[in-house]
Amino acid sequence: MSENKEYKVIGTRPIRHDGVDKVTGRAIYGADFQITGLLHGRVLRSPHAHAKIVSIDTSRAEALPGVKGIVTAQDLPAAEDKMADLGEGAVNLKYLCDNILASDKALYKGHAIAAVAATNPHIAGEACTLLDVEYEVLPPVLEVRQAMEPDAPILHDNIRTSSLGETGEKPSNVASHLQHKKGDIEKGFTEADVVIEREFVTGTVHQGYIEPHNATALYNPDGQLTVWCSTQGAFTVREQLAEILQYPISKIKVVPLEIGGGFGGKINVYIKPVAALLAKKTGKPVKVLMNRADVFEGTGPTPASYLTIKIGATNDGKITAAQTSLAFEAGAYPGSPVGAGAMCVFAPYNIENVLIDGYDVVVNKPKTAPYRAPGATNAAFGTETVIDELAETLNMDPLEIRLKNGAKEGDRRADGPVFPRIGFIETIEAAQEHPHYTSSNGKKHHGRGVASGFWFNIGLESSVTISVNPDGTVNLVEGSTDIGGTRASIAMQAAEVLGIPAESVNPTVVDTNSIGYTAVTGGSRTTYATGYAAYEAAQDVVKQMKARAAKLWDVDEDNIQFADGEFSSINGKEEQISFRDLSAKLSQTGGPVVGRATMNPAGAGGAFATHVVDVAVDEETGKVEILRYTATQDAGKAIHPSYVEGQIQGGVVQGIGWALNEEYIYNDEGEMTNASFLDYRMPTCLDLPMIDAVIVEVPNPGHPYGVRGVGEVPIVPPPAAIANAIYDAIGVRMTELPMSPDRILKALGKI
Amino acid sequence: MPTVAIPSLMRNLTDGEDIVSVKGNTLREIINNLENRYPGTKEKLCDGDRIHPSVNVYINGVLTRTAMHDHVDEDAELHFLPAISGG
Repeated sequence: MSENKEYKVIGTRPIRHDGVDKVTGRAIYGADFQITGLLHGRVLRSPHAHAKIVSIDTSRAEALPGVKGIVTAQDLPAAEDKMADLGEGAVNLKYLCDNILASDKALYKGHAIAAVAATNPHIAGEACTLLDVEYEVLPPVLEVRQAMEPDAPILHDNIRTSSLGETGEKPSNVASHLQHKKGDIEKGFTEADVVIEREFVTGTVHQGYIEPHNATALYNPDGQLTVWCSTQGAFTVREQLAEILQYPISKIKVVPLEIGGGFGGKINVYIKPVAALLAKKTGKPVKVLMNRADVFEGTGPTPASYLTIKIGATNDGKITAAQTSLAFEAGAYPGSPVGAGAMCVFAPYNIENVLIDGYDVVVNKPKTAPYRAPGATNAAFGTETVIDELAETLNMDPLEIRLKNGAKEGDRRADGPVFPRIGFIETIEAAQEHPHYTSSNGKKHHGRGVASGFWFNIGLESSVTISVNPDGTVNLVEGSTDIGGTRASIAMQAAEVLGIPAESVNPTVVDTNSIGYTAVTGGSRTTYATGYAAYEAAQDVVKQMKARAAKLWDVDEDNIQFADGEFSSINGKEEQISFRDLSAKLSQTGGPVVGRATMNPAGAGGAFATHVVDVAVDEETGKVEILRYTATQDAGKAIHPSYVEGQIQGGVVQGIGWALNEEYIYNDEGEMTNASFLDYRMPTCLDLPMIDAVIVEVPNPGHPYGVRGVGEVPIVPPPAAIANAIYDAIGVRMTELPMSPDRILKALGKI
Repeated sequence: MPTVAIPSLMRNLTDGEDIVSVKGNTLREIINNLENRYPGTKEKLCDGDRIHPSVNVYINGVLTRTAMHDHVDEDAELHFLPAISGG
């Protein structure tokens, strides 16, 4: 790792390479994609939250002119009840397939039942109304505590609670239980002078990406399947398609088109296998698009949760013990992010005695999907609210208590691993010194709150190739789909090595046939891991170029130096040539130069954030207004500060939406009653002030430039910070998300 | 010799021990030696002769994709945690 020094390219703010295509509307998204002979697909979804599928009669739909093919779960290969390794994690293959097209039970309103391909989308939609499905409606289970009751309706007869190899005896909606234990929890609470225990509830929230899911599939007569789509990871789409369709991975090519947001929600596949099935059945290319209601009702939200948090501290503010029980809704199939929540819940603090229990619980809602630091926001809402109450009880500044207990290098997390160099303390200090925190906020009904958060980040596999052009520019080929400006942040790392401007690197995101395996754009890994691969590929270019310079000057390669974009000989001769000029001589010195690297870096380093927010609460209407928001975050090293700031601001805004307005609202039958952006209220720029993003740089020892992932942790603190600010404003502790006007008024006893 | 942090839900098999030293130059050797000393532990961590898909291996605090035959340093600290994914 380099020192936190000045660089020529890194830390600057060049215009993003894909900017012109984006602002001129020329960038090709999935819905834009066209191909000759295209058919259009439409998915029929369950109107019931929980029902047995008795029969499906497709005859009336098949008779409709223009209908070219209909598929149901019968068209999927028989899926085994086994775990399939999909690179980033393992999933049960039967659950994966049943979520694509329900085979025996519909497990949530919006569950895909069948799909039609027709000559236009309107005919496909009309044909769906002619599909006759007979259901046996069952009572739905819509809330995690209800699902954990012994007499709750059971979603899956084969699920027994799994607890690290131990399996329960009877069917349960609790798919798994996990536990982390450190020290002696009883002793820790005995040592405390103050113990606070509270319960918290969080609602079901969607990632809310603007671009709905889309897929176009084509089967060539030679058996080659090509899928054009919006995804966070072309390779994981390829893996999922191979498993779901039981089709050779070598015969599948996935082409990632531009992506209009994902935030974790575009890792799992939904309509891509459906498009492939329809394409196979019809022999034509088939495009399937979701509308917004499909997205809300048919794709993974992040889970609702119920948690208890108990923390004890001595009178001087030292936390002696912390205990939690986290119950997360997995949706229709097991696999909530409770494991990640359990890793993060107390991670910001060095606590000697900790007990964490986590429960993964199935309910009749869409199968949950990752969403920005999945699980961590739910957990931090509880922890950071209780920490705030502890500080108040002990008459301490809320940042001081965090500073006193904050985790540092060498501290052991409750789940085991020891922290490397991290920057949590620095984010607290940055917040303390910020003019926002030092300003007064004493108006009536105005309040200030703070909260912190942790996300561990991941590494995983990335591949990059760099080919040198004769004019001194380079073409950089990568497999990471670009959600938030990573073309630029990856290109800049290569440019820094090569001593050329960022504009001299042409980054391209390519399909699965054109680059080595690259894991998803997720886990805050892309600028870190694919950037690391770009760094290594550029080093490979430099090594090869040194050999060319040596050939040019007839000296030994060991005598060639490279610095600031210039090759020079240290052999007594005063030979020197720029990267650009040497690039023009490649054909004379041996031919093309192509650098390559594949990485699976292991030192992602953790990301920490500390937020300060001022709110005004209208006690008549219950509306909470965000007056000022400051987010400090350790980025390790900000490659492109504008995009780091953008990630921080975006994460904060999504956290504010989660805190104040966003939730799935269900009726008793399990129908989501607000499946549109009119009724599912996401914040807009009209609702919010400018988010002040403060970048703290504590270099990550696991990256050559010190990079840490930045995309996820900014969503972690906002709900707790806002809850604490609301308490400061009106003296009421909010323990349920969202803190919408009705809940504020209820808490005030006004309704 | 490498140390293994025992997940809390496995400590009933290790007489309550939370961190134990186990001989072995590879993950396979370490897990087999753990099993010899504390019967039943391998079944919880492995699916046949591979790490169970629902378990992640951390070596010195870092998530790894270590294969069963890969070398593990003598001073390494191993953790077995639930598999997770990011957004």
